[in-house]
Amino acid sequence: MNERRVLVVEDEPNIAEAIRFILTRAGWAVTVEHSGARAMACIADMHPDAVILDLMLPGRSGLDILAELRADPALAATPVLMLSARGQGRDREAATAAGATVFLAKPFANADVLAALEAIAAPVPAKGTEQA
Amino acid sequence: MARSALTGTRIRERRMALKLRQADLARAVGISAAYLNLIEHNRRRVNDALLEAFAQALGVEPVSLSEGAESALFESLREAAAGAVGPGRAEEATTAPLDLAEFERIEEFVGRFPAWARVLAARQARVAALERVVETYSERMAQDPFLLDGLHEVLSAVTSLRSSAAILVETPDIEPEWRARFLTTITQESLRLSGAAEGLVEYLDEMEAEEAGPASPQEQLEAWLETHAWHIAEFERPDPPAPEDLIAQAPELAASAARELARGYLARALADTRALPLKPFLAALAETGPAPGPLAERFGVPMACVFRRLATLPEGCAGVPPMGLVVCDGSGALTLRRPLPGFGLPRATAACALWPLYEALSRPMQPLRVAVEMAGRLPQRFLTYAFAAPRGTPRFDGPVLMEAMMLVIPSPLAASAPARPVGTSCRVCPRADCDGRREPSLVAPR
Repeated sequence: MNERRVLVVEDEPNIAEAIRFILTRAGWAVTVEHSGARAMACIADMHPDAVILDLMLPGRSGLDILAELRADPALAATPVLMLSARGQGRDREAATAAGATVFLAKPFANADVLAALEAIAAPVPAKGTEQA
Repeated sequence: MARSALTGTRIRERRMALKLRQADLARAVGISAAYLNLIEHNRRRVNDALLEAFAQALGVEPVSLSEGAESALFESLREAAAGAVGPGRAEEATTAPLDLAEFERIEEFVGRFPAWARVLAARQARVAALERVVETYSERMAQDPFLLDGLHEVLSAVTSLRSSAAILVETPDIEPEWRARFLTTITQESLRLSGAAEGLVEYLDEMEAEEAGPASPQEQLEAWLETHAWHIAEFERPDPPAPEDLIAQAPELAASAARELARGYLARALADTRALPLKPFLAALAETGPAPGPLAERFGVPMACVFRRLATLPEGCAGVPPMGLVVCDGSGALTLRRPLPGFGLPRATAACALWPLYEALSRPMQPLRVAVEMAGRLPQRFLTYAFAAPRGTPRFDGPVLMEAMMLVIPSPLAASAPARPVGTSCRVCPRADCDGRREPSLVAPR
């Protein structure tokens, strides 16, 4: 399967839908998870090629999820694009410290989300060299 | 491309961008090259039919040529599309002019959805204005949970609006269902943004009014106690100073009413310290844990005394979590607020009716231990102990004045243990289905 898969963990349904639309048109297979509490199980299930993770989630902070992800040897290498609606300074630092691959502040330009995702995700595997 | 350009100038610019000769364009719209030349130099007016013909020949929406009155609209939409926000966010602003291809899509958007374009532009102007307000309050916002929630609402709505609008503008071949869907989103989020913006502005206005006057006596006392981390170390000495001496050294207690409050507070704190000396109290605490009941029993002191002592221990005692304390009188007014991170205390308004504090008030002398979950972007759990008793010694010939207290401890309980959902105060509480709600929330339910 050559389609790359991304999990979007975002509690705002309209933001999640817009991201889904943009990424789907760019050739990504997009799964959306609204609950921070279920995010880890979802990541472990689908082993996505990248995760887009909101920092402020009801139930569980994106930073907690990120810390657990980085501590799991099977998932630690997953690239994570962290989104936050709380400015640049502290959140960016906290996200970087927790192991985010890249950080994007809301509101964002659609093209920036796609560009950031493409930058952190591994390139599409060529046909015939499907990963095990 | 100057926004003030007249129709003729815009026709000329567009023609030259397409590398068309005057003669060719003139033939396409059915006029002479000389007449076109006059038009291009803004010396002849262009009627609607001719404008339509020009637009078709130049492959643009008529509105983009007749622009003029619409220039503010275009400017706002460009700001929205470019995310060119107010001062202080320069690193995110796209300052470069939009390229021609992108510009065309904005025109198409205005041409096909003029009403939506105006809604979006109005929202964009509102966002820019709010962002300037927000900028000036940024320091406060780093600490104020009311503002943090309001700002989060605004930013979330703006994020949705910006993404959805950009999708409509940048996806010319969008399927009708998706187009309808994103237009619905724009409607919803516009309303949400309006609500959040109004709430934020109202709150900022009130705050400005509040801060214009001096802080209330209670706030002055609490601010002074905060500088001591709520622990009066001097009272632990064998020869404690008189409360009056401490007050004399406290410039924070500016108002005489604040000094009066401090006198009462410190006299009680000194009595608590004598009733529960630090060393044996900490030793007992190490055995029982921070449970007021066994401690009151062991030392033979009133419950209130243990509550106050627990909430004002020195920082950094091994095994002692930080504790918050709220005290209210019979009217429910909070007379003391020792904050605890994550457990929001209202500034001036009445607190959440679901707090065990108020339950205790209605059930005097009955100790209550209730796990609660404080609403917020990241709900947090706390263990609360609440108790209400008459204040002072009740008299036969006077009304009995009650006082309720609630001690708040970061929850040692498992996340799965049941906890009562509570909030800070209705205005800033996101809980949608709450029997205790007395006024609508400024933050969206979730």
